[in-house]
Amino acid sequence: MNPRLAKALINGLLLGGTLVALFPLLWMLSVSFMPAGGASALPPPLLPAHPTMENYRVLFAHAGMGSYLFNSLLVSSAITVFSLAFNLMAGYAFAKLRFAGRERLFQALVGALVIPAQVAMLPLFLLLKYIGLVNSYAGVIVPGMATVFGIFLVRQYARGIPDELLEAARIDGAGEWRIFGQIVLPLLKPIMVTLAIFTFLAAWNDFMWPLIVLTGQEHYTLPIGLASLAREHAQDSELMMAGSVITVLPVLLLFLAMQRYYLEGLLLGSVKG
Amino acid sequence: MNAQRAAWLFLTPALLVLGVFFLLPVIAALVLSLTDYDLYALADIRNLRFVALQNYWALLQRPLFWSALGHTVYFVAVGVPLSMGASLGAALLLNSPLARCKPFFRTALFAPVVTTVVATAVIWRYLFNTKYGWMNYALDGLGIHPVDWLGDPHWAMPTIILFAVWKNFGYNMIIFLAGLQAIPIDLYEAARIDGASAWRQFRHITWPMLGPTMLMVGILTVSGYFQLFAEPYVMTEGGPLQSTTSVLYLMYDEGFKWWNLGSASAVAFLLFIIMFAVTVLMLKLSRHRQHVDGEPA
Repeated sequence: MNPRLAKALINGLLLGGTLVALFPLLWMLSVSFMPAGGASALPPPLLPAHPTMENYRVLFAHAGMGSYLFNSLLVSSAITVFSLAFNLMAGYAFAKLRFAGRERLFQALVGALVIPAQVAMLPLFLLLKYIGLVNSYAGVIVPGMATVFGIFLVRQYARGIPDELLEAARIDGAGEWRIFGQIVLPLLKPIMVTLAIFTFLAAWNDFMWPLIVLTGQEHYTLPIGLASLAREHAQDSELMMAGSVITVLPVLLLFLAMQRYYLEGLLLGSVKG
Repeated sequence: MNAQRAAWLFLTPALLVLGVFFLLPVIAALVLSLTDYDLYALADIRNLRFVALQNYWALLQRPLFWSALGHTVYFVAVGVPLSMGASLGAALLLNSPLARCKPFFRTALFAPVVTTVVATAVIWRYLFNTKYGWMNYALDGLGIHPVDWLGDPHWAMPTIILFAVWKNFGYNMIIFLAGLQAIPIDLYEAARIDGASAWRQFRHITWPMLGPTMLMVGILTVSGYFQLFAEPYVMTEGGPLQSTTSVLYLMYDEGFKWWNLGSASAVAFLLFIIMFAVTVLMLKLSRHRQHVDGEPA
């Protein structure tokens, strides 16, 4: 094929794909500024004729969007902080500390990845009901405080830390906690950032478990609140698009700002084979 | 502090969380699936009875279970190849030396992956609206009659599949892109000197070299797609005429709408067994194929 034609074809296809990927998101943003009923016209309008913030005002003033946003931030941040701490400690131990049964235990953990999380959800609900955590923030947070994926990711990365460094510190009389805090953690910083973004995004977007454990509106996270609004307000497309913007925008911006770390983590986590 | 003890101290919090909130519930789910745990047992545990495999037996005789399984298999069998094809196509385009503005295209194509399923599913509900949706408007421009995308039992699942492909293809695209970049350039140069066409280079270099990546991506995508739930929950509520009720949707309804937790656990375990069997089958098939390919021609 003629190279100029090939170049036009390849870039044309990329442009077309990008349009398909972004159109729904851009359309969501545009419709969110239309007055009620503004999107229900033929031909479907692309841009709002009279942009308005009314949908956002209604969502925050009457639909509890502010509290959903707060709940999402709180729950996702808490999951991120706890799981970061626990996964870092465990991943480091699996990579660098010697103990009997280390390899076998790690293999058992990775093997457990074949079990879909939903298998655990029914008894987990009963367990949390028994200890009084159903319909509370803790009910969403606690099961997410450690993940096999996170431990795996940290272990992969921490294996690159030279043993001599840790041995030298031990000979100097440093305790294991000090070695972890002052030598290991600074070296793990890149994987910490990656894992933090991954965890936060996953917690923010999570749907099924919060839907099960949060039985009352006051603790709803954004996806649960939005799904329940969408059932009540099926016809109010402009309102629902504003709700979608509020749900999607924080994670989309976080991803854009930290994209390098996110994509790195995606690749690190997928070379299990 | 002794090194062994230090190691266990570091491990304790994570192992405790995983043990109490994952491992224990999984074992409990197996036990639960052998009981008739329902609303009465929820009120008073003394109403609980051991029923052995009755839940499983009853499920296998319920048409709703088979149709839910059928819808899920439909979603996996059509959605996974489409999704992986889109990922591979996008990765090949991005990897081409002729492509321009690569970082921009990569980010844009990946963007749907990080969005929230619920929010984007809501968007698609309006894009595929029968009367005012863009999809039917565009089809109308081509002279095609409007389709009742989410209201017609024949079209609801294809619409959900299209949505899933749009939402997910960017993830595997990044993995394929890394796989493509790991193929040594000399292979292509040698092929070009031999006069091999672009298609033959793809068939004899790119495709076999991507084999292991393809298998891993395939297994992960299949197990992800078997867990279909949020999309039908938001877009169709399992309808119309239960045409988009997936296995997990059935589990959710059975467990948290009707409070038949015993039977719902059996659904979860059957799904797990099916997913496991499919994974093993994929590994076996790929090994078999490698064996056949590896033989001298």
